Amino acid sequence: MTSFLQQTFNGLVSGSFYALLALGLAVIFGMLRVVNFAHGAVYMLGAFGAVVLADSAGLGFWWALLLVPLALAVVGTVLERLLIRRLAALDPLYNFLLTFGIALVCQDLLRMKYGSHSQPYDHLPFAGSVDLGLFDFPRYQVFVLAVSVVVCLTVWLLLTRTRIGTIVRAATERPELTRAFGIDTGRWVTPVFGFGVGLAALAGVLAAPMRAVNAAMGGDLIITVFAVVVIGGLGSVFGSVLAGFVIGMLQALGNLYIPVLSQTSVFLLMAVVLLIRPAGLFGKEEHA
Amino acid sequence: MILALAGALRRYPAGVRWGLLAAGLLAAFGLPWVLYPPVAADILCWGLFAVAFDLLLGHAGLLSFGHAAFWGTSAYATGLIAIHSGLPFYVAVLGGAAAAALLAAPIGYLAVRRSGIYFAMVTLAFAQMVYFIANQWGDVTGGENGLQGIPRELPGVDLSDSFVFYYAMLPVVLLGLVTAWRIVRSPFGRVVAGVRENPDRVRALGYPVDRYKLVVFVASAFLSGLAGGLYAVNHGFASLQEVYWTTSGKVVVMTVLGGIGTLWGSLIGAAAVVRLEDWLSTAGFEETGLVTGSVFVVTVLVFRRGVWGTLAHLLRYRAAPGTAEPEPHLEHDHDDTAQRVPS
Repeated sequence: MTSFLQQTFNGLVSGSFYALLALGLAVIFGMLRVVNFAHGAVYMLGAFGAVVLADSAGLGFWWALLLVPLALAVVGTVLERLLIRRLAALDPLYNFLLTFGIALVCQDLLRMKYGSHSQPYDHLPFAGSVDLGLFDFPRYQVFVLAVSVVVCLTVWLLLTRTRIGTIVRAATERPELTRAFGIDTGRWVTPVFGFGVGLAALAGVLAAPMRAVNAAMGGDLIITVFAVVVIGGLGSVFGSVLAGFVIGMLQALGNLYIPVLSQTSVFLLMAVVLLIRPAGLFGKEEHA
Repeated sequence: MILALAGALRRYPAGVRWGLLAAGLLAAFGLPWVLYPPVAADILCWGLFAVAFDLLLGHAGLLSFGHAAFWGTSAYATGLIAIHSGLPFYVAVLGGAAAAALLAAPIGYLAVRRSGIYFAMVTLAFAQMVYFIANQWGDVTGGENGLQGIPRELPGVDLSDSFVFYYAMLPVVLLGLVTAWRIVRSPFGRVVAGVRENPDRVRALGYPVDRYKLVVFVASAFLSGLAGGLYAVNHGFASLQEVYWTTSGKVVVMTVLGGIGTLWGSLIGAAAVVRLEDWLSTAGFEETGLVTGSVFVVTVLVFRRGVWGTLAHLLRYRAAPGTAEPEPHLEHDHDDTAQRVPS
C-alpha cells in the first residue's frame, strides 16, 4: 500500500511536467493551429537557464523561476513575429517542420557549449521531506506538484472567466466568426505563443533541481507529451492537462506492477485511444 | 529498367529527360570512384529511404515523423538474419524489409485514423515506442552496444571491399527506386494523389480512402526497410540511433531539401545531407544537427520547393512563362476545416 501511494505521488509529480508542457502546446495549438516541436527544446533551455543564472550571476532558484520563463517568453514572441508568422497562411505542417529545425539547432547549440554530460544544479530551494504518516514526501516534489496544479487552474480560470480568455477561446473555435464581431484575433496570436513558450520554460526551471540537465532532456520528453495530447485531445486544454496528470500516474504505477511496460505504456494507451476514440478522450470528433 | 527510369521523366522535354537519366545513371555508377565507397553506399541507402519517405509525404500528403521505426526495425532484422542464418545479404535485406512492412501494418492502421499534424505526432510516438522496445530488448538488439558483426554474405563473391559491395547493393536500390516510381505512376498512385488533394471527393467516388493510405504507408515502410537493411549491412552493425527520432527527422530534412513530391529530388537531398555530415565530422565538428537544422529552417522558410522543385519550376517557367509550378501541397488538417465552416 505504501509503495502504491508512493508511486502515485511520483506519478503525479512527473504528470506535473507533462501537464505544464501539454498546457502550453494546447494553448498555442488552439490559437495558431501550430504544434510546437520546439516545446521540448524550450523546456531544456529553461533548465539550462536556471543553471546559467546560478553559475554566472549567482542568482538562485527563485530568481530563475521568475526570470527564465519571462526571458524565454520574450524569445518566443520574437520567434513568432520573425519566423512562425511567415508560415501562418500555409499548411500547419510547415510550422511543425520549422519548429523541428529550431529544436535541432537549440539542442546542438547547447551540446556544443556544454557537451552531452548533465550539468549540476544544487540550488534546491527546499531540502528534506514532509512526513505524512505512511511515507515521506520530498518537500521539493510537493512544491512542483503544487505549482503545476496552481498554474493549470489559473490558466483554466483565465480562459473561462476573463474577457481575454473568452476572446482566445472564441478565436480558437471560430476565427472567422470572431473577426466578424470586430475582434482583432491577430493581436492575441503573439502573446499566446509567448505565454505557451513561457510555460514550457517554467517546467524546465522546475525540472532543474530534480532532473538531469542536459541537451537531450527535452527531445524524448516532448514525444511523450505528444502522445499525451493525442490521448487527451489537443483541441481541448482541459483534456490535455488532465491526460498529463493521469498518464504520469499510470506510468508510475505501471512501473511498479509491470516494469517491462514502464516506458511503452503511454504509447500503448495512445494506440487504444486511437482505436476507440480517434479524436482523443476530450477532443471533438474529426470529419476525416 | 532504363526505359522505366526514362519514363519517370516524361513530363520534361525529351532532351532534358534523356540527359537527366544519363546523368543519374552516370552518378549512380560513378559515385564510388569519386567518393569514399562507404560514403557513396550511405548516399544510396539514405537516397532510397528519402524516396520511400517522399512516396508517403509528397504523394499521399502524409507527414510521417516516425519512419526511423521502419528503417531501424529492418536494420535489426536484417542484421539478425544475416548473423544467424548466413544467407546471402539480399535475402537478409528482403527479410528486414518484410519485417518493416509487418510493423507498418498495425502502426499505419492506427495512424491513418488521424490526418495532418496528428498523423505526424502519432507516427512519432509509435516510433519512440519501437525505440524503447529496442533499448529494453537488449538480448536481441544488443541494447546500447548495438547489434555488431553483421556479415556481408554473398556466395562466390568477396564483399569485404566496400567498392565491390557498392555495386552489389546498387541493383537493390535501383529496383527500389523504380518500384517507388511505378507506384506513383500506377492507377493506384493516381487514386493516392486524389486522396491527397481531395479525400472527400475520392471517398464519394467509392474508394476506401483509409485503405489506400494504409497500403501506401506499408509500401513506403517496405522500401524504407530495404534502405535500412542495406545500411546495416554496409556498416556491419545496427544501433539504437537507427530507431531514434533524430533519424526520422533526418529523412524529413532530406526530402524537404530535395523537394517534396518530386521523388528524385529526395536523392539530391539525401546526397547533400550525407556529404555535409561526412564533411563536418571529418572536420571534427560533432554537432551536425546545428548545421542540418539551420539548413532545414531556411529551406522551410524561403525554399519550400526544394532543390529539384526549384529547378523544375525554373525549367518549366522558361519553356512556358506564366505556368508556375505550385508549392508542394500537404494534406490539410480536416479537423481544422471542419471546425471553421459554420454548421
